[in-house]
Amino acid sequence: MIKYISRRLLMLIPVLIGVSILAFSLIHLVPGDPARSILGEKATQSQLEALQEELGLNDPYYVQYGRFLGDILKGNLGESIQSKESIGVELLHKLPATIELAVFAMIVAIIVGVIAGVIAAVKQYSWFDNMSMTAALFGVSMPIFWLGLMMIWLFSVTFDILPPSGRLSTGVELHTITNFYLLDSILTGNWLAFKDSFSHLLMPGLALATIPMAIIARMTRSSMLEVMRQDYIRTANAKGLKKTLIVFQHALKNASLPVLTVIGLQFGLLLGGAVLTETIFSWPGIGRYVYLAVLGRDYPVVQSTILIIAIIFVLVNLITDILYKYLDPRIKFE
Amino acid sequence: MKSVKPLLEVKNLHTHFFTKAGVVRAVDGVSFDVKPGETIGIVGESGSGKSITAMSILGLIPSPPGKIVDGEINFKGDNLLKKTEKQMRQIRGKEIAMVFQDPMTSLNPVFTVEKQMVETILAHEKVTKKQAQQRAVELLNMVGIPDPKKRLKNYPHEFSGGMRQRVMIAMALSCNPSLLIADEPTTALDVTIQAQILELFKKMQKELDMAIIMITHDLGVVSEVCDRVMVMYAGKPAEFTQTKKLFDNGRHPYTTGLMNSIPKITPNKEKLQPIKGLPPDLRSLPQGCSFAPRCNHVMASCLTNDPTLSEVDDNHFVRCLLYEQSKKAVTT
Ligand SMILES: Nc1ncnc2c1ncn2[C@@H]1O[C@H](COP(=O)(O)OP(=O)(O)OP(=O)(O)O)[C@@H](O)[C@H]1O
Ligand SMILES: [Mg+2]
Repeated sequence: MIKYISRRLLMLIPVLIGVSILAFSLIHLVPGDPARSILGEKATQSQLEALQEELGLNDPYYVQYGRFLGDILKGNLGESIQSKESIGVELLHKLPATIELAVFAMIVAIIVGVIAGVIAAVKQYSWFDNMSMTAALFGVSMPIFWLGLMMIWLFSVTFDILPPSGRLSTGVELHTITNFYLLDSILTGNWLAFKDSFSHLLMPGLALATIPMAIIARMTRSSMLEVMRQDYIRTANAKGLKKTLIVFQHALKNASLPVLTVIGLQFGLLLGGAVLTETIFSWPGIGRYVYLAVLGRDYPVVQSTILIIAIIFVLVNLITDILYKYLDPRIKFE
Repeated sequence: MKSVKPLLEVKNLHTHFFTKAGVVRAVDGVSFDVKPGETIGIVGESGSGKSITAMSILGLIPSPPGKIVDGEINFKGDNLLKKTEKQMRQIRGKEIAMVFQDPMTSLNPVFTVEKQMVETILAHEKVTKKQAQQRAVELLNMVGIPDPKKRLKNYPHEFSGGMRQRVMIAMALSCNPSLLIADEPTTALDVTIQAQILELFKKMQKELDMAIIMITHDLGVVSEVCDRVMVMYAGKPAEFTQTKKLFDNGRHPYTTGLMNSIPKITPNKEKLQPIKGLPPDLRSLPQGCSFAPRCNHVMASCLTNDPTLSEVDDNHFVRCLLYEQSKKAVTT
């Protein structure tokens, strides 16, 4: 087990080198000069050259890449061109925001998706099945920005029951420890901040949950239908077990394997920053961070954040694989 | 033999599947009885309705599309078809247990053998988990699995096919059922393992005094373990009698056809005579006898008249016009 994990972690290295090269070169292939975009249209030629020199943009690409990689290995993620802040420090705030949002969305998506999928499968062709699967079809094809704007219009503008943006209302005090606001408000016993940050989390969380929820529901349904046909389900019935036990233990544990793959993948995607959702709801996470960095040609931010996202993605993958082992005893770690 | 009250009595059972392509008459007028402690064989080609008969007894016909449209299944004097799902659940696994064909797929791959055995016991007996575990050890020991305490912690994939079938049998026996239905329990196993498993059935039957319905298409298995046999064809019984009578004096042309199509080890190599043709489409059975198109003794009347099951001899029932004229019919 330990051996397996350390081997998988070692395998991370070539992947990350690949990603770092990709991140580094992609941004240089895109037309546009960062120095100009920072200084604006009115900058003189000499100002531009000075800034280019300062940022090291005149060095050959391999020197720039070497510097980039060297800094990262030293744990130095660089400095944002736009804000002049340390990227590491900024990520310490942005990353928890994104993780909090993604975890909340995923919990909602898993609970609703799995339950709906199981019921739809057990009551195949019932009105519940038809309705939930039609809803799921809409769910996967729903444009998130449209859904987000509709939610804001409905819950913030029309009924004014949920805040449209941010993580915390102005005026609400929260002593941050981990930068996970829900967690921090519990740790500090700050009930007001808990309620406030939860109400901020609700809309973007639900918007973000839509697609994974729909995918999980459909996957659970088809996987359950497949499993319910298996011989061991017939055996369980012939043993005189209760239907609920058969469905939620015997069938669901087997059916959860393909669902877990989907969950891992979706979770990885959400953690990679939900650019649209974070932008619509002004959620200060890494999705919005990268988005703004790309707009401003903030090379170091884009590069470092892509690398961090890649690491998260691979780690989520690893965790998924380990969970697989717990669900399916036939899988061996070689 | 005749005076003993039957444990199970299946009367004129009809189980049909209502599919888009038509009504599949999978079981279409099956009658037989099982006496306590007796072994009944059900033989017949693939698709003749053997498994559906068994699943009907347990009340496990998938519905829709399946439905028991007619008949009675009396078990210990009660009609099982009148029971609620909850009452049936208390009978399944406790009074009537079942062993299936494929031991590789019939156990749940993600649970240990212990969990699967213990949950069966706990579903039916008022015992603690500890006692159930203890019972599971005894059961595995009884069916000949070495080192049962350790083996209980294993998952199904860690057992060989034969061992898994032993586990299945142990599980089926866990609540001392009075009837065990075994649906081709040896078909998926190697020949040597087959013999061992059959021996195990015989031994268990003697020890636990239970009746067995042995479903098979292997007449060798029938001759090995069965007291009486029902030969099924296209959802109907063709012949039902003592095993010895069937082998010595099988009457139905389908029975004799089956006998001639099994290889025998004899010095002068007789030619095998497979039954010509294919089983009929159960959605559109021919008028008259459903075996007529393949029968060597077919008469003009066979194409129009459907025979009924008649007693041609003491305890020897045949469903064939060749024997019908002279004898009284038992079912209509
Ligand atoms: N769910 C179903 N829907 C429609 N037809 C079915 C269904 N289940 C079984 N049948 C039909 O019922 C008939 C009898 O099936 P059954 O499984 O009892 O055959 P069998 O005698 O056990 O054969 P085998 O030796 O292959 O196990 C078959 O023709 C089959 O196609
Ligand atoms: Mg069968």
